[in-house]
Amino acid sequence: MRDRLTRRVDGGSVATHVLLSLGALVMVFPFLWQLLTALKTLPEAVHVPTTLFPERWNWASFKEVFTALPYGEMLGNSVINTVGRTLGQLVFCSLAAYAFARMRFRGKDVLFALFLSVLLVPSSLLILPQYDIIQRLGLLNTAPALFLPGMFSAFGTFMLRQFFLSLPRELEEAARIDGAGPFRIFWSIMLPLIRPALAALAVITAMWSWNDLLWPLVVNTDPAKMPISAGLTSLEGQFETDYPVMMAGSLIASLPMIVLYLFLQRHFVQGIAQSGTKG
Amino acid sequence: MAVFPSTAAAEAEGRIRKPRTRAGRDDATRGPNSRTQKAAYVFIAPIGLGFLVFYIWPMIQTFGYSFTDFGPFGGNTWIGGDNYARVLQDVTVWRAIGNTLLYGAIGLVTLPLSIAVAALLNRRGLRGVGVYRALYFIPFVTLPVAVGLVWNWLYNGNFGLLNEVLSWFGMSRHFWASDPSSALWAIGLVAVWQSVGYYLIIFIAGIKGIPQDYYEAAELDGAGPVRRFFTITLPLLSPSIFFAAVICVINSLQMFDLIYVMMSPTNPALGSTQSVVSLFYQWAFQQNNQGAAAALAFLLMLLTAALTFLQFRLQKRWVHYA
Repeated sequence: MRDRLTRRVDGGSVATHVLLSLGALVMVFPFLWQLLTALKTLPEAVHVPTTLFPERWNWASFKEVFTALPYGEMLGNSVINTVGRTLGQLVFCSLAAYAFARMRFRGKDVLFALFLSVLLVPSSLLILPQYDIIQRLGLLNTAPALFLPGMFSAFGTFMLRQFFLSLPRELEEAARIDGAGPFRIFWSIMLPLIRPALAALAVITAMWSWNDLLWPLVVNTDPAKMPISAGLTSLEGQFETDYPVMMAGSLIASLPMIVLYLFLQRHFVQGIAQSGTKG
Repeated sequence: MAVFPSTAAAEAEGRIRKPRTRAGRDDATRGPNSRTQKAAYVFIAPIGLGFLVFYIWPMIQTFGYSFTDFGPFGGNTWIGGDNYARVLQDVTVWRAIGNTLLYGAIGLVTLPLSIAVAALLNRRGLRGVGVYRALYFIPFVTLPVAVGLVWNWLYNGNFGLLNEVLSWFGMSRHFWASDPSSALWAIGLVAVWQSVGYYLIIFIAGIKGIPQDYYEAAELDGAGPVRRFFTITLPLLSPSIFFAAVICVINSLQMFDLIYVMMSPTNPALGSTQSVVSLFYQWAFQQNNQGAAAALAFLLMLLTAALTFLQFRLQKRWVHYA
């Protein structure tokens, strides 16, 4: 406000906004196009020359997705997968992270190096034996198959460890003098203090889980047991030419993460800035 | 399977029984120490067991698989280095490696783009930074499969919007994602578009860490915004750029989702877009060629390690740590 009164219109700032807006349009346009296509009828969607807005707003594709495929079940599978991995990581990673950050024990360095090796190995390398284990456990085409390996994360452990390391030592000592045991100290004193980190890990893990494709494609080939990421690819196979239905299906599948992101942006950003790598 | 925690516990007891050299210190801390020790193993045991079953053992097993001929009913036979020899002689493998490296090179284009956006967003007094950041980040949180589908639709040779727009400029229709000469670039472009927002966040954090005084001093000396960007922002951002480049190369080498979605099995451009991971998937789960697939996966790991190592070596030449 003050700038506007005291200075002439800042030419540089206008140019900055123009550039940034053009970029933003490029980022968002495909989604608008997706929505507009989903709302067209098929003849209109494939009409040449292309029209921008649908002549008649047609919502039928959004319904058809649910009758063409077990779409509701697939969304449900994605929710189970996402919740399972996220809860698992929060519990398992926070426990191990606390031990590595705050406790002295024999073999700590060796175990830590072992954890590090898990972080460095690309996930595709491990899929064959992982599939074998799931098969032997009789879990192919079940919900646990989706989230079982993903519940354990070296990345999550390292991220939380960094946060535990930054906490003051006095808190633990005071609690110990008051007679609290290790689990008590962890659960009611230290864990609440790293709540922002837990939130960031949860949000990031939820995103990776919802979007994961390779592993679900391998373990759950039954359409009713697939998460939505894999389900969409089978929609692609069946409806190769029904573009409005495909676009409606894509939109429904990606909406939960976009909504989650818009609500929990702060945690997303914190988690990304903190990390860099996949869970 | 429970080897890890039980040996750990045995070790713990071993330590408690064993007299230590610094006896006095040990005596003073014996009580709580042994208790925390046990607790520490209990804390680590669940994830340790999970890692052992789902990560460490599979790592060893994949290595074993890569030396065996995979039978249909678990009848694997040891064939030494044959898989590796076969993989290295296979033209499709070299093609996939070439494609994967090209994806990596295209992926690096993301970095200058996101640095430019981060620098623009860093302008003092700029409004709407949060809104821009949110809009740029949305492609990254969107389901990759959905992203691939919508871009295939935009690239479509018959009804795609891209051709429609290009036809205004007199260009003829082109099947961007199914012509072998353009398909890899078409997929690479989507990957760049998708990840700009991610690196943007890393660079915004990096730029925020640069002391504002430097800019003020440079401004007093008469340096314009472009000059300030090249003499202050870029060199001081180099640690973030290095970190982003390492992550970017690792992620590009793992390219799978977009290729799987954008290339149907009948697409004529499949061979010229296939990455190492998509070839691995095809061998392991569609052609039942697990032994060779395991060897391929190991080669990918070596390639990733080599490129990461190279980046760390070259780091000294261009990364400035303040």
